[in-house]
Amino acid sequence: MISGHIARSPRLLGKACIFSAAGLLAAPALAQDEGSYTPMTPTEGVGMPTPGGIGFQDQYSPLGEYALKIHNYALMPIITIITLFVLALLIWVVVRYNRRANPVASKTSHNTAIEVVWTILPVFILLGIAVPSIDLIAKQYKPAPKEALTIKVTGNQWFWTYGYPDNGEFEVISNMLNIPGQPVINNGVREVGSEAWDGPSHLEVDNRLVVPAGEPIRLQITAADVIHSFAVPSLWFKLDAVPGRINEKVLFVEKPGVYYGQCSELCGAKHGYMPIALEALPREKYNQWVLTHPGAVIDGREEPAATAPAGEGETVPADMPEDAATEVAA
Amino acid sequence: MATTADQFQGHVADHGHDHGHDHPGFFARWFMSTNHKDIGTMYLIFAIIAGIIGGAFSGMMRVELAEPGIQYLDTFARWFGAENPDFTATLHTWNVLITAHGLIMVFFMVMPAIIGGFGNWFVPIMIGAPDMAFPRMNNISFWLTVAGFVSLLCSAFVPGGTGLGAGTGWTVYAPLSTYGSPGPAVDFGIFALHLSGAGSIMGAINFITTIFNMRAPGMTLHKMPLFVWSVLVTAFLLLLSLPVLAAAITMLLTDRNFGTTFFDPAGGGDPVLYQHLFWFFGHPEVYIMILPGFGIISQIISTFAKKPVFGYLGMAYAMVAIGVVGFIVWAHHMYSTGLSVNTKMYFTAATMVIAVPTGVKIFSWIATMWGGSMEFRSPMIWAIGFIFLFTVGGVTGVVLANGGIDDNMHDTYYVVAHFHYVLSLGAVTALFAGFYYWFPKMSGKMHSEFLSYVHFAVFFVGVNMIFFPMHFLGMQGMPRRYPDYPEAFTYWNHIATIGYMVMAASLVVWFVNIAYAFLAGRKAEDNYWGEGATTLEWTLTSPPPFHQFETLPVIEEAVHH
Repeated sequence: MISGHIARSPRLLGKACIFSAAGLLAAPALAQDEGSYTPMTPTEGVGMPTPGGIGFQDQYSPLGEYALKIHNYALMPIITIITLFVLALLIWVVVRYNRRANPVASKTSHNTAIEVVWTILPVFILLGIAVPSIDLIAKQYKPAPKEALTIKVTGNQWFWTYGYPDNGEFEVISNMLNIPGQPVINNGVREVGSEAWDGPSHLEVDNRLVVPAGEPIRLQITAADVIHSFAVPSLWFKLDAVPGRINEKVLFVEKPGVYYGQCSELCGAKHGYMPIALEALPREKYNQWVLTHPGAVIDGREEPAATAPAGEGETVPADMPEDAATEVAA
Repeated sequence: MATTADQFQGHVADHGHDHGHDHPGFFARWFMSTNHKDIGTMYLIFAIIAGIIGGAFSGMMRVELAEPGIQYLDTFARWFGAENPDFTATLHTWNVLITAHGLIMVFFMVMPAIIGGFGNWFVPIMIGAPDMAFPRMNNISFWLTVAGFVSLLCSAFVPGGTGLGAGTGWTVYAPLSTYGSPGPAVDFGIFALHLSGAGSIMGAINFITTIFNMRAPGMTLHKMPLFVWSVLVTAFLLLLSLPVLAAAITMLLTDRNFGTTFFDPAGGGDPVLYQHLFWFFGHPEVYIMILPGFGIISQIISTFAKKPVFGYLGMAYAMVAIGVVGFIVWAHHMYSTGLSVNTKMYFTAATMVIAVPTGVKIFSWIATMWGGSMEFRSPMIWAIGFIFLFTVGGVTGVVLANGGIDDNMHDTYYVVAHFHYVLSLGAVTALFAGFYYWFPKMSGKMHSEFLSYVHFAVFFVGVNMIFFPMHFLGMQGMPRRYPDYPEAFTYWNHIATIGYMVMAASLVVWFVNIAYAFLAGRKAEDNYWGEGATTLEWTLTSPPPFHQFETLPVIEEAVHH
């Protein structure tokens, strides 16, 4: 009964795969492929701010697009109309009810009807805003499917580390690239612009957070020292990294690309110098990137990775003794 | 308002005699003062000094942000006494600037000016009382605020972890403020909040007692001028919220110095607990800063429209409603900390509710002007400017209220733009409106109306140039509290820095205006604004006698109601 349940759970299969890979014969089959990776060159205007820009960055996640629609087609028109309405009323009273135009002031000080109207009408406007807004929050909190890839993000003073528990538990340390002409921020790290694929200064890092595109990813975010905040504006993503807590949120990047963000909670002196550079790759390329790390394991999931390592992963737990699998589940 | 000026003129004459015999010497008058008007004056002077320092800090920030890269921070670090600061210490100075700017402007500029200054000066007069209920406690409140300010200034010159001074942000979030900032600087900062907080709590007790017990015969609660209502609501907010801040920062202090772990996960504590406690205080705090401004604007608009305030009861209870709801929306400052889905939905809905009473106030002000016979004297210009600027700040608040939308805006410049529109452009504009409204009453000298208009025009252009582009920067994703930024953010940052210089020029005009008033200003009449000014301060001389209303005025039912 228990084992049957486990066998049907792709996520647990994945865990079992890690268990076997780490604890048993390791994975000679996987190690045959060394993997390959060349950092992607970011596209100007995608996943980064544009010079003189006055609106949101273009969105590359479904919920980002939804949120942007709510902002652009509901909130922004409403607040613009209200502001212009108040401005128009002000101009009207200034023109019409000044001393010259209206020498004798009226003594009106009550009008119950209009007071009720300007109390009730905003309530309806706000209800209209609240419906899509609450719906957006509900969607944002929908948990990732069980088989989703988990990536652990840790904020540190003043760099990010990205752990890949489903891919062999390797960890990537991500430092901002130094800026030419400015004091060195991270010792031993090269200057921005020294490689062809470097993005904007202040945003580009030595090792990017590489994720697969087109599938939900479970980001688990925490911090090692003080509070940081992991933010990527073009993915409508921001979640604090709090020491002692693990915050979880689904990340879904629609298409391959490089998306930049910056730490968004004051975390000390170099708060301004720990950007986030997120590189989304197609699944196969992501797997190739994973394999460039020692001890890397490709997750044994059935979907969507139809590449060879996935198939092998599936066979591993089948050979395991039943109680070992149960142990993993526990 | 249901009072008329005429019946008090007789009393004013009686007060003329006490000018001579009742004045203490300079030291006793200004350092041991128990007189609400003298204490109010000291609060105003103190707020101006603190505002100059806090404003200078923002100027240092804007000049650094004029272009990408770090240009001036090293110099600033040396000003604070750092010898050969390394790059980390230089960057730390940035955090000291933002922290000091926030704390000074909130606790030592806006609050002392609007509550301590105008509140002290005009609440007793407007309710027909001779002074505050506890005049000596009033004195302690003021000097505790000064002591707090001194403590805050001291913190800038002592070690605070990666450099000199407290670099935690005005929110003092743990654990950056606990194990993240060793050294005495943050302790000095916490002590500053303790002292000024104690001063404010005593001030709040004083205002509540005064307003409930010392109203002149006939001055019922529902006849009180709206400025008095606003200070009453504000005093309750202070009384209920400041103790929570005091508890939170005391826990910070013991976490820092005595080994407790309230906010340290290593000992079972939780950093997010601090944020809940802080914002349980912090959100009412933003209404503490703006509500008295609402009151000032109501007085001014009624005066210059020559009409009673439209929907007086609605206006008074809208402030009560804002105060009550202000206590149950705090976590909208914490949308990105990892709230549960239901919590986030609740705080989204609750926060939007605040727009309703705020809208009532905006529309009631316009309705007060509607049908009026408006004179555009200097306070009125500022008041009309306030309504527009506060509306802009208010509607961006409605955007930020949406938890799901805020995911992208939290901690960006959009938030900075929003709260400066309601505070720097809202509360400060209300302060200037109140200043021009009451300055001749307080000083006995008329300011120049022309210079007041110039001040307004230049200030209006300047602050909008500073803060409107910040909406763009925020939507583009520029985070707050950054001394440096990618090239893409240069354009609007540059505009904002130019705007700062325009705004600073307007303050020069203001100071010239004050100097003009004292050196060459006409003597102010008792009621220099004319028929529209109906509250009790206009029945007194300008400046009012050292002690007013030794015989209590009697407020009679107005003919109309």
